[in-house]
Amino acid sequence: MSVSLIFEKLALYFEYPFIRNALIVGVLISLCSSLLGVTLVLKRFSFIGDGLSHVAFGALAVATVLGISNDMIVIIPVTILCAVLLLKSSSKAKIKGDASLAMLSVSAMAVGYLILNVFSTSSNISGDICTTLFGSTSILTLSRSDVWISIVMSAAVIIIFLLFYNKIFAVTFDEAFSAAVGIRAGVYNMLIAIVTAVIIVLAMNLVGSLLISALVIFPSLSAMRVYKSFRAVVICSAVLSVLCSAIGIIISILASTPVGSTIVIANIVTFSIFSAVGALVGHRRGA
Amino acid sequence: MAQFICRDVSLGYDGEVIAEHISFEINAGDYLCIVGENGSGKSTLVRAMLKLHEPMSGEITTGDGVSRTDVGYLPQQTEVQRDFPASVREIVLSGFTGHLGARPFYSREQKAAAVRAMEQLGIAHLARRCYRELSCGQQQRVLLARALCAAKKILLLDEPAAGLDPKVTGEMYSLIENFNREDGTTIIMVSHDIAAAVRYATHILHIGHKRNFFGTKEEYIKSEDGRAFIQLSGEDEIRT
Ligand SMILES: Nc1ncnc2c1ncn2[C@@H]1O[C@H](COP(=O)(O)OP(=O)(O)OP(=O)(O)O)[C@@H](O)[C@H]1O
Ligand SMILES: [Mg+2]
Repeated sequence: MSVSLIFEKLALYFEYPFIRNALIVGVLISLCSSLLGVTLVLKRFSFIGDGLSHVAFGALAVATVLGISNDMIVIIPVTILCAVLLLKSSSKAKIKGDASLAMLSVSAMAVGYLILNVFSTSSNISGDICTTLFGSTSILTLSRSDVWISIVMSAAVIIIFLLFYNKIFAVTFDEAFSAAVGIRAGVYNMLIAIVTAVIIVLAMNLVGSLLISALVIFPSLSAMRVYKSFRAVVICSAVLSVLCSAIGIIISILASTPVGSTIVIANIVTFSIFSAVGALVGHRRGA
Repeated sequence: MAQFICRDVSLGYDGEVIAEHISFEINAGDYLCIVGENGSGKSTLVRAMLKLHEPMSGEITTGDGVSRTDVGYLPQQTEVQRDFPASVREIVLSGFTGHLGARPFYSREQKAAAVRAMEQLGIAHLARRCYRELSCGQQQRVLLARALCAAKKILLLDEPAAGLDPKVTGEMYSLIENFNREDGTTIIMVSHDIAAAVRYATHILHIGHKRNFFGTKEEYIKSEDGRAFIQLSGEDEIRT
């Protein structure tokens, strides 16, 4: 395929609203998750995307069995509650944050699967589980309201992040110090937890827990290979995340590959490049 | 009126007492050293004074118009910080977060004050460097600069000299002494360096298993606890 042909094909695809929607939502979700990702990775909560989406799956199972039609009413509060408990207990708990997260994630998955198996009337249980991993609505079949919800939520996340940027930095860097100077660290941890939970539930429906975990972890880890200040890491991971998602979506359209996996692979490639660059720069500085 | 008053405070975790009957008073301009063995509860006391830890009994009150924004804190290092991407400037500036209130960003004056604090501690040239790539001594200075940004009235320092070589330790102590002498900053410092404690401090609080001691350093040197502890630390020369 020659370059001009690819551009022609792309131009043709951009005529379709579902592709524009996919790009808008993909870019917004990756932007939000990368902003949160920096804090989450630094707080040793890389797996929170995975864990919370399994919790959401458990909640979904309960909601389905109880016959609650609007399952978001159950899923969002339960996920927020788990996120708050996780982030809050991490500093004091006897069980380390990552271990309790793993426990919660596995238990929620097991209980959810059991409940669905025993009580569910649905005939497609493995389909339901596949859904949590890869998203119920593929990113290519988003409805108008999906797009609007994503836009509004992302705007809210970005505004919250900008307004509280300095306090989030202080609390993430040194919770004891910020609490000592009168920052209510608990409130900001809560804020981070709530925003994380909301983003994960949203993104889980749209793109699945596989992708959301990747979006939380990869951009900030890549940025941390090369950049050494918080601000540079935040900006770099936001840019990387958006680029990887956009490129991933475009490639998946051109090559008809699965969207989520393609985005994750774009992130893996970026991470490798940034690791190499980081090693080179570090090596030269060390020499 | 005293800035901090501790009345018969007991400290502990999960219902288990680690130190009890701690009483002392700190006035403006005092230099208090808190000494005691590892695990005697020094850091816990400091955290209780900052209201980060609830005493099991007794009370810690502040007076003389002291509020949270008057207290700068240098914690004993935590591990997470070691691989954190943060520039020196970002960390020093974060000392002002307590003064932000509802404002989202730092003011121009605060940024200028952060630069002054870095100059004072001789780390201005490191401003753009990554914290985790600095030496132990440089890192301690960064955290001290942050504490200075947080407050000028009272500094609570938990082992500021931990991990520093003798020369840098000396520099650190004279810096702290300067704040105390010139700016009248109240210093409350946890230290294992008993020689330095008796040299610089005006008051000593010794937290022990059986009993505590609080008094001026002259009283401490004469006291039974003091003599025993000083001898244990192999610091005979300072008694003269
Ligand atoms: N978060 C905690 N939960 C339970 N016990 C704790 C906690 N933090 C400290 N302790 C215990 O309380 C005691 C006092 O700890 P603290 O850190 O105050 O000692 P310290 O005097 O500062 O010691 P060091 O000189 O080593 O810094 C120790 O026995 C410690 O095991
Ligand atoms: Mg200590």
